Amino acid sequence: MPNADDVLFRTLADPTRRAIFERLCRDGEQTVGALTTRAKVSQPAVSKHLGVLKRAGLVRDRHEGRQTHYSAQLSALAPLIDWTSRMTGFWQNRFDRLEDLLRRMDQ
Amino acid sequence: MTEPAVETRTVVVEREFPFPPEKLWRALTQPHLIEEWLMKNDFDAAVGHRFNLRGEWGGVLDCEVLAVEPHKTLSYTWNHAHADAAFNLQSVVTFTLTPTATGTQLRMEQSGFHPEQKQAFGGAKAGWQQFFTKLEQLLARAS
Repeated sequence: MPNADDVLFRTLADPTRRAIFERLCRDGEQTVGALTTRAKVSQPAVSKHLGVLKRAGLVRDRHEGRQTHYSAQLSALAPLIDWTSRMTGFWQNRFDRLEDLLRRMDQ
Repeated sequence: MTEPAVETRTVVVEREFPFPPEKLWRALTQPHLIEEWLMKNDFDAAVGHRFNLRGEWGGVLDCEVLAVEPHKTLSYTWNHAHADAAFNLQSVVTFTLTPTATGTQLRMEQSGFHPEQKQAFGGAKAGWQQFFTKLEQLLARAS
């Protein structure tokens, strides 16, 4: 239930932003210009979305001359798609504590 | 929960403890004991009782007791309300105790909706599901 997840969800809740991120996941590193030609919004809007994605850790930028190349950071998504394994870890940890407690409860 | 089961996710954790069910039951139902292994709480083993679990991270879970069968079954809701409805977590936690030759098998099953599913079924349905399916495939390939 950490807040970092909330940031990820909020970031990806916007369909345009999600489409940009998806494109980067699928097609690899791209410039703002290349992304704009495929998006249905202006270049400044694409840049703004990339900024939000970057702050959430979902994309990384690389400067080369006058161009900025963006790439998806799939690792940032791990906690989000991995809800079940996170909860499993949580409960396993709590079961450890329960076991400790049960031992201490022994008179 | 009216949504079909396919839209829920379930977490199951099981372990055998070398103690009788009666003892586990106390640890699962007495507030001061629950606090020691799970979270701070104002639990009461009565169906319909509403209580909170307060996590160390500052989060508060809204819970309601759904089923109590002493030494056998305990079930309560495990909901995390969020200012933005899209981020709510709604789930049910069920503990099942089964006596074994040397102690008790404890099974914890948590099933519910996690945030992106709420988001998905609240609005832009297919988008999210496809998105996560694709990403799961991508991640599987990457790792």
